[in-house]
Amino acid sequence: MFDFLDSGQYDLLGAFWVTAQLALYSAIGSLIWGTALVAMRVSPVPLMRGFGTAYVNLVRNTPLTVVIVACSFGLNQTLQVTLGGDDFEQIGFRLAVLGLTAYTGTFVCEALRSGINTVPAGQAEAARALGMSFTQVLTLVILPQAFRAAITPLANVLIALTKNTTVAAAIGATEAALLMKEMIENEAQALFTVFGIFAFGFIVLTLPTGLFMGWAAKRLAVKR
Amino acid sequence: MSGVAVSKDHEDSPRAQEDLVVLSGVNKHFGALHVLQDIDLTIGRGEVVVVIGPSGSGKSTLCRTINRLETIDAGSISIDGKPLPAEGRELARLRSDVGMVFQSFNLFAHKTVLENVMLGQIKVRGTEKKAAEAKARTLLERVGVAAQAEKYPAQLSGGQQQRVAIARALAMGPKVMLFDEPTSALDPEMINEVLEVMQQLAREGMTMVVVTHEMGFARSAADRVVFMADGRIVEQASPEEFFSNPRSDRAKDFLSKILHH
Ligand SMILES: Nc1ncnc2c1ncn2[C@@H]1O[C@H](COP(=O)(O)OP(=O)(O)OP(=O)(O)O)[C@@H](O)[C@H]1O
Ligand SMILES: [Mg+2]
Repeated sequence: MFDFLDSGQYDLLGAFWVTAQLALYSAIGSLIWGTALVAMRVSPVPLMRGFGTAYVNLVRNTPLTVVIVACSFGLNQTLQVTLGGDDFEQIGFRLAVLGLTAYTGTFVCEALRSGINTVPAGQAEAARALGMSFTQVLTLVILPQAFRAAITPLANVLIALTKNTTVAAAIGATEAALLMKEMIENEAQALFTVFGIFAFGFIVLTLPTGLFMGWAAKRLAVKR
Repeated sequence: MSGVAVSKDHEDSPRAQEDLVVLSGVNKHFGALHVLQDIDLTIGRGEVVVVIGPSGSGKSTLCRTINRLETIDAGSISIDGKPLPAEGRELARLRSDVGMVFQSFNLFAHKTVLENVMLGQIKVRGTEKKAAEAKARTLLERVGVAAQAEKYPAQLSGGQQQRVAIARALAMGPKVMLFDEPTSALDPEMINEVLEVMQQLAREGMTMVVVTHEMGFARSAADRVVFMADGRIVEQASPEEFFSNPRSDRAKDFLSKILHH
């Protein structure tokens, strides 16, 4: 039943490695971009707030496939953006990271915003009264507490991100879903085995994230 | 002998009367509500001014305009001769010279007590960590919570938290301290420990603006009592004079309510 796995025809580990990398780079990217977005959304500058709000509402409500395909067609094929990638595979990977970051950043932003709402406004006021700048108030007082309060929603965002990497197959990133499609075509007799393998692979990637974040949420909770 | 006394007087009097905080013609609205109406108030260096008045009279707002946590619509405010700057780096610098203590303590919940008192010194003043810690420990000692230095705010009683908040403000070496009902959120048995710290500060010559309902504190520590009602300063006098002989009906009415409780 698992014979086709021994043939060496399918690089399962390699495909999941690409998935893991996609997830990791996009996670880092979207945490940074989401933090920047939430900073804009709470900033005292109306233009920044407007941009942050518009961006989040636009991108969050666009299907991920559209965002990813837009990166591929719009950026790469129309504007010739390669993000420094050399071949088709590399370009696809980088564009996928960009698209996933642009999309997931909005969810990180909203998770953080819910975290910010748990920080009593008086603390920001006290920080301002000490003479801190807006950036200092945000980075020293608000965000450290917001991150801790947002760990659980952030875990959900990261797990969703890991699964969303499968959409990158649409633009040719050689990740797990692309391989699965290929295997389903070639190994129709072992359909459920193939499904099982890929489901298991994703659980291996996401379960530790969930467990770790759950542990971290308890560990880092701010006592009030 | 008398010549010496006169010349000493001359040296002292300008200092004693030196204006530290000057509000003139200050007006502020919250929408249609005229919360501050033509406020003229001058606070001398080393002076302790207690602000009292009924709820909603604008005491907190007045306090908060002094470090521009609230903006004003008209008039001017200056601190140590410098007008309050608009938003930006200049304002941040000025705020660091004005300590503020809130009713709800507002300690940074994710930082230990010690870190709370060090943060402003390091990030705003650029003090070195070692020096900031030494100063923080001295101040915590002074307000009587040195033993709690490594704890988090949530692990402290309200009275202890408020004393930490005072230490945090003092750590910036402020020219003036603003207190907005610092004991109103406290259980009765903790009020005195906070008032004692404030008394001590007053004795040491700190310039203080204190919004409070603690008439005992006003009597014993204040140089002047300012009575507000409906956004105006209705009268101001020394505590002895104000409490024994209030001139306005508003003040008489207010005093009869709070003193006969
Ligand atoms: N941010 C705000 N927006 C709108 N109205 C406000 C705001 N802050 C205060 N007010 C109103 O302004 C008036 C004065 O408020 P302020 O807090 O200065 O009064 P106070 O004298 O400190 O009263 P209290 O003794 O209850 O603390 C009140 O009527 C209050 O409802
Ligand atoms: Mg008030």
